[in-house]
Amino acid sequence: MADAPQHDAVSVQMISPEGRFEPNAAAEEFLPYLDRLDEDRLRTFYRDMAVIRRFDAEVGHLQRQGQLALWVPSHGQEAAQVGSGHAARPQDSIFPAYREHAVAKIRGVDLIDIVRMLRGLTHGGWVPAEHGNFHLYTLVIGSQTLHATGYAMGIALDGAPTGDPEKDEAVMVYFGDGATSQGDTNEAMIWAASYATPQVFFLQNNHWAISVPVSRQSRTPLVDRARGFGLRSTRIDGNDVLASYAVTAKQLDDARAGRGPGFIEAMTYRIGAHTTSDDPTRYRGADELKFWEARDPITRYRHHLEQRELADAAFFADVESEAADLAADTRRRTLALGTPGIDLIFDNVYAEDHPVPREQKKWLQDYEAGFGEAR
Amino acid sequence: MTTWTMAKALNRGLEAAMVADDKVILMGEDIGPLGGVFRVTEGLSARFGTDRVLDTPLGESGIVGAAIGLAMRGYRPVCEIQFDGFIYPAFDQITSQLAKLTARHEGSARFPIVIRVPYGGHIGAVEHHQESPEAYFAHTPGLRLVSPSTPNDAYWMIQQAIASDDPVMFFEPKSRYWPKGEVDEGESAAPLHTTRVVRGGTDVTLVGHGAMVSVLLQAAEVAAGEGTSIEVVDLRSLSPVDYGPLLKSVEKTGRLVVAQEAPGFASVGSEIAATIAERAFYALEAPVLRVSGFDAPFPPAKLESLYLPDADRVLDAVDRALNY
Repeated sequence: MADAPQHDAVSVQMISPEGRFEPNAAAEEFLPYLDRLDEDRLRTFYRDMAVIRRFDAEVGHLQRQGQLALWVPSHGQEAAQVGSGHAARPQDSIFPAYREHAVAKIRGVDLIDIVRMLRGLTHGGWVPAEHGNFHLYTLVIGSQTLHATGYAMGIALDGAPTGDPEKDEAVMVYFGDGATSQGDTNEAMIWAASYATPQVFFLQNNHWAISVPVSRQSRTPLVDRARGFGLRSTRIDGNDVLASYAVTAKQLDDARAGRGPGFIEAMTYRIGAHTTSDDPTRYRGADELKFWEARDPITRYRHHLEQRELADAAFFADVESEAADLAADTRRRTLALGTPGIDLIFDNVYAEDHPVPREQKKWLQDYEAGFGEAR
Repeated sequence: MTTWTMAKALNRGLEAAMVADDKVILMGEDIGPLGGVFRVTEGLSARFGTDRVLDTPLGESGIVGAAIGLAMRGYRPVCEIQFDGFIYPAFDQITSQLAKLTARHEGSARFPIVIRVPYGGHIGAVEHHQESPEAYFAHTPGLRLVSPSTPNDAYWMIQQAIASDDPVMFFEPKSRYWPKGEVDEGESAAPLHTTRVVRGGTDVTLVGHGAMVSVLLQAAEVAAGEGTSIEVVDLRSLSPVDYGPLLKSVEKTGRLVVAQEAPGFASVGSEIAATIAERAFYALEAPVLRVSGFDAPFPPAKLESLYLPDADRVLDAVDRALNY
């Protein structure tokens, strides 16, 4: 295993790999947070994970068929994302990296907007304030951690928490194991601790930064490194959606209550390639993949729901059909996406009038018009 | 009218901006009780408190990256980078993040952040403390970039920069922090992005920004004694450049010398020279000449007088333009 030194720490686990509800000792303090989940919510977790996996596969196919410049698969990381995404409250702000498609969906982003970005139609895609405060994807590794920390500093500067968890805000920032080596991520943790920000750092340790194993990023468990910055830090089984939910709910509520920033290391695995430009067979073995496929988060949770008799065949068939509908819908909408106009190049380079983009836009419009037909 | 140093004028300008808008906050290293290494923020921490004057951890990327998040929250952060040569750790956050975020949000968010950068030589300081890195930022779409040369401009331009809804790189010529000048607290001198003719003349136009303006005025004075009439233009705004007054001046004099402390290769001076050649070709009696710092790392301080353009180097270029 490429990640041998990483196995020294205990992960919070609620559901065994076979799907049994068997919280380990580390899970104990987080168990009360599961009381917030009614049966509908428990089923929704499954629905969100299964639907996003189908969406992910479909867009991967679309990329292979030349419809997207690039796709970033989320396959394997659904439990980490769905559990934590549902743990955030409506007033919270989320700063993603670029693989958090499940969280985007939970926060109300239209998934076609992610497709638009990776098809080359936009560098943004949605208005965060109108989509669950889910901020834009950030492709420079780790840069968003500082934005999240600054935003959380702003929450603190706006006033002390009221003590009402329905109103007090918190921030969650997602990043991967590679990002933990970036200066910005480390600065963000220093600043967060220094200003006691209402914030949770959510690390999806998927074991690989493109082709580089996490053992190259750290020789100590990353959950321990966060403690050195003064953050409350918990490692979870990232393929256990209930562990992800409960630990994130507690961490976010602690943060919003003014108890300072927290850190979660979700141990998960990138089953697919880093992106559609990657070829993982060049750097990792089939055994490792098999090991993690046997710990698939969706299969595990399906067994769990079945064992608790929370879902029947009709439910799973319904989810299947919703997933197929979303996939078909995504394909249809992707093929119908047009091309943006010249405006997109120039209109928002600055918020206020600026002569250079204004004059260059006019020049390009006239130049294009010179060809006698709209292009 | 009152007489202040530029450091004092900036201090009063920051204070006025903070009084006018309680979302204006200051961030930087040592800007609290110490007042910043140049004392530009002196007294502001005591007046406005540590929630509005943030002595930050030591990390330039952290300062700018956190400012971006604060701007998303509705704040108007004014960041101080302690010295020109220390700005590079923040380069990604300034050029890849801040400069692009307005465009990436397609109109749904604004990033009113000012980044103050004390810059330039003439102070005999150690390595990384005397540089002029403005070209990197003038080259980056999404940023505005200005540099005052007088206390009055400093007082007004810092307030105008803070009021802008765009990111503004605010380059402060540190060798001009201490000379005193008249400040009119009553009325703003000019809009932020305007060049200004600071001395009228008919034979040659000299243009520069920041500390270079005083060198150009010295050169003009010497030349006047020798019978040459020089017009001096203070650029004030490097992005965008207000070419109107400059073109008008060149159409009158037919000769232009661009001066700057920064290395000349791929510099702001190169851009101005190219643009004037394109737009005033028939008015020119001589090629546009550049007087710059050399294309070598800023030297140890005992050699800075050889490296930095002075009045004599400017006058040498004036002679070459006149004798072309």
